[in-house]
Amino acid sequence: MRAAFEGSQAIARAVARCRPQVVAAYPITPQTHIVEGIAKLVADGEADCEVVSVESEFAAASVVLGAAVAGSRAYTATASQGVLLMAEVLYNIAGMRVPLVLTCANRAVSAPINIWNDHQDAMAVRDAGWIQLFCTDNQEAVDTTIQAFRITQETELPVMVCVDGFILTHLFEPVDLPSQEQIDMFLPPYRFSRTLDPRRPLTLGTLVGPEHYTEVRAQLHGDLEAAAEAILKADADWADLVGRRAGGLIKSDGPHTARIGVLTLGSVYGTLQEAARELVPDTPLRLMALRCFRPFPAEALRAAVDGLTDLVVLERAIGPGMGGILATEVRAALAGLRDAPRVHGAVAGLGGRDIPLDILPRLLALADAAEPVRCSVIDLQKMPPARLGADR
Amino acid sequence: MLEIRIHGRGGQGNVVAAYLLAAAVVDAGLYGQAFPAFGAERRGAPVAAFVRVARDTVRRRCQIDRPHIVVVQDPTLLKSPATLAGLEEGGCVLVNSARAEAIPAPAGYGARWASLPATRIAEETVGRPMPNSALLGALLALTGLCPLAALEQALEERFPPDTAARNKRAVRAAAERVPEHAWRRVVDARGL
Repeated sequence: MRAAFEGSQAIARAVARCRPQVVAAYPITPQTHIVEGIAKLVADGEADCEVVSVESEFAAASVVLGAAVAGSRAYTATASQGVLLMAEVLYNIAGMRVPLVLTCANRAVSAPINIWNDHQDAMAVRDAGWIQLFCTDNQEAVDTTIQAFRITQETELPVMVCVDGFILTHLFEPVDLPSQEQIDMFLPPYRFSRTLDPRRPLTLGTLVGPEHYTEVRAQLHGDLEAAAEAILKADADWADLVGRRAGGLIKSDGPHTARIGVLTLGSVYGTLQEAARELVPDTPLRLMALRCFRPFPAEALRAAVDGLTDLVVLERAIGPGMGGILATEVRAALAGLRDAPRVHGAVAGLGGRDIPLDILPRLLALADAAEPVRCSVIDLQKMPPARLGADR
Repeated sequence: MLEIRIHGRGGQGNVVAAYLLAAAVVDAGLYGQAFPAFGAERRGAPVAAFVRVARDTVRRRCQIDRPHIVVVQDPTLLKSPATLAGLEEGGCVLVNSARAEAIPAPAGYGARWASLPATRIAEETVGRPMPNSALLGALLALTGLCPLAALEQALEERFPPDTAARNKRAVRAAAERVPEHAWRRVVDARGL
């Protein structure tokens, strides 16, 4: 059913139709509307699930961890400081290989305190062992949420669905909300291979000594890399059912002849698409949105940048002392590739700073630099007039 | 694509107004996008919300710097240059005059300026000084962007029956006070 929703309410309805048995979350802006929406659906009798009120995000993550290993499909959502307070449990969830879905309503991290959007929170836990999928719009947020429940069940790896706080969570626009029947066809009932049961005692997360710890950690790395298959299959099966994809591993838009590309994460992709049409219609450009940040799809990225001479990486996070986080990973993934494009790092939109259409000519100006640009904080740079003038 | 910016104060239902307008145009078969400005959300603080209306899906997520229409929920906000900043040439302004009969148009605006006592209308119909639904009624009457019935449907979808009924009275009362389709050309020029 196509109808207009606030992003949070669309996500809440999608979660409810995935029939979670336990939802536990602690309110934090801009995630609050999602769990409020789920709680209201349960209170109104439209969803049958245990909503657990907790005293912190640490508790929220612990409750859903316990619920999932006890045999329940479980869900939580958080953002910013909430992600950081969960961090210890997030590592445990991934290390114990527990199926869970978490919506991260991406928000800046303190200090200074800031409640608005960037990706610093998700980046802070990129090495926790979770699958991390970024959504460019609310349709993808809905579809990815549903796919996440299947991916987590098949891989026994937790999935974090990253949705830009405010920009998407508080954006009201039409979304096709899949029916209960469609979701039931796509998503088998929850089953966990190591459900805790007193009749079959087993231990999860036990002490592992130096003689085995390396094997366990290497296995997590290998399995996370292999999860790319399950992510692609879920998207393909979803497309067979509803007729649209949610972005696979990496989305790409633009002519094959393009020599300049821009790669980004999340909702700014749509802004870049319209900026390309409006501001630089005569410049062949390849725009890419990395949907799957973990596992990092190095092979898919190498294929996606084929033919480019310059790749600008636009990201809403910064690694103090290093620069762009995504740009650094992109450079690593392309290292050694024959005819690899030059990679230019660009940071913008921190703490809710608006990213307007005219960011695009400013990004393209980086590609004109004599040497690759390591990390340019675009919002602090003066507008380079040359390229903007040429196309306008 | 038509771009509308709504200025108000925290607690005046600014975001709700934007959501209702987007819901109404979607009900009428158009694409509508609405979102709040990313700023302080304190009660009484100046706030803004944005609405984009188009025939096809809009993918940009940036704020609206050059609106075709500005709606002002609190006349004291006209003292701030930010309120009318970036208004497109030929753009229109709808101002709540609170309880006064009207705020006169500044020089050069003429028919591109409309003003009505939306707070007073809301007090008489909704029973609370919430001018948002009355202003939306006036905006739809001025522009013909979508039928009033679409806004009424959006109110019914969002509010309990009694609240919706009182807001629908505000919509109708406000719509009767402004010249019908006086701003139609602004909507036509945006291909709607």
